[in-house]
Amino acid sequence: MLNIQLLRVLFAVIILGGWQLGAQVSDCNTAGHVCVVDKFFWSQPSDIAQKLWAWITQGTDLGPIWVQVFVTMQETIGGFIVGSIFGVIFGVLLGRSRLLADVMGPYIKAKVATAAILVFFVVFFNAFQGVREVDRNLIANARILGARDRQLTTEIIIPSALSWIIASLHTSFGLALVGAVVGELFGATEGLGELIYAAKNNFDAAGVFAGMALLAAIALVAEALITALETRLIRWRPPVATETRI
Amino acid sequence: MPNAIDLRGVTKRFLTPSGSVYTALRDLTMTVGDGEFCAVVGPTGCGKSTTLALISGLEPPSEGQVEVFGKPVKGIADGIGYMFQADAVFPWKSVLENVAAGPRYHGLSPRSARDKARDWIARVGLAGFEDRYPYQLSGGMRKRVALAQSLINGPRILLMDEPFSALDVQTRSLMENELLGLWAASSASVVFVTHDLEEAISLSDRVFVITAGPGTVKSNYEVDLPRPRNVAEIRFQPRFTEIYEEIWEDLKDEVLVSYERQKQSGAA
Repeated sequence: MLNIQLLRVLFAVIILGGWQLGAQVSDCNTAGHVCVVDKFFWSQPSDIAQKLWAWITQGTDLGPIWVQVFVTMQETIGGFIVGSIFGVIFGVLLGRSRLLADVMGPYIKAKVATAAILVFFVVFFNAFQGVREVDRNLIANARILGARDRQLTTEIIIPSALSWIIASLHTSFGLALVGAVVGELFGATEGLGELIYAAKNNFDAAGVFAGMALLAAIALVAEALITALETRLIRWRPPVATETRI
Repeated sequence: MPNAIDLRGVTKRFLTPSGSVYTALRDLTMTVGDGEFCAVVGPTGCGKSTTLALISGLEPPSEGQVEVFGKPVKGIADGIGYMFQADAVFPWKSVLENVAAGPRYHGLSPRSARDKARDWIARVGLAGFEDRYPYQLSGGMRKRVALAQSLINGPRILLMDEPFSALDVQTRSLMENELLGLWAASSASVVFVTHDLEEAISLSDRVFVITAGPGTVKSNYEVDLPRPRNVAEIRFQPRFTEIYEEIWEDLKDEVLVSYERQKQSGAA
């Protein structure tokens, strides 16, 4: 275990150190000199860290950094929640009803790209598939024991589909974030997407990477939260080795 | 006094995914008396499980009549317990919630359903395991949960589909003895499907032999061994061997037919 942790840190040190070193030894503006990492395009880790620190202590051109993070998070979580709720509702409904599935099927296939809709489709298809994959034996058993339709749905179908639905949340939160940032790139006054866009327009590579680092941090925190939710909701599943999970 | 189960001229056809019609049972007639323990034996794929699905009301017959206590079966009736071949305990419910499910679905308050469940969990020897999830139990223990689950509603008919086939031999005869004990204390009629003739004879009052598919009753034999029985020892009795030989003569041909067919379809 200790060795794995050590190797992970070592990996990060090598990548970041290599990047930094490459940028330091390079001189890409003079012909005939070594050019490994062009700072103009790639910046370097120390500049990015400085930029992040400056954003945190002095704020960005668009205002305080927390406002930008907050705005993006708001859009992401809004899209994520709306998309997930509709995805689960429609997925379970269509999964339970053959008629609805046949009628709605062709329309569901047309996709549009915004955070909520991206999330909706991922969650929807997983909820739908999850309902379809419920063990027939479990349904038969519940019916023999006297379960009515409503009890079948709440006690058998939904718990069974839940592992599919939660698995889809891992993917769909990332999509929600992408949707929110892409939305901001197309004209917004605040948010991380706009911050990155503005940095790009100012030829500020450090700003672009600093924004990306913030997005990555948000995604990691969200992933940890979703995993915590998963372990809490699916206590009944045998613990699997999650060492390879990021 | 009506019979517990009457199947009269029952045929069951299924539509396969490829669109052809598969006949699982053809013109099957069998009767199970009230309180009788019956075993159904036959080669693989002869429609044994389908028979149980028809009695329980999970599947309607294509032709013929299915009656339970003199009344035609329409949908799932009350008073039926069913132990499935595959694990059918709910993985997201603890042992207690699994066993309490039946009474709760029948409208008992959660509290009294749980009290009743605790009692049954103790009866199948799982006291102390109430809060475990199925994945934390051994195969034999999961079968005990399934047994408690199917007995707690006080069924008048208990259908069992090769319930112990996945267990090791020792656990199996232990479970068989416990089943006989629980059955003796109830007044339920049992239909026990198995491909194991020894198991069939040691447990039951009557053995039905089903032909290679499409299944129909080839013959039925009364098992006049005394009760209470110990399944681990009953097979050493001379009478057991006699009955075994008699039924095996009958079953052997069907097993051969079924085996030949499998070989052919495997070669084709």
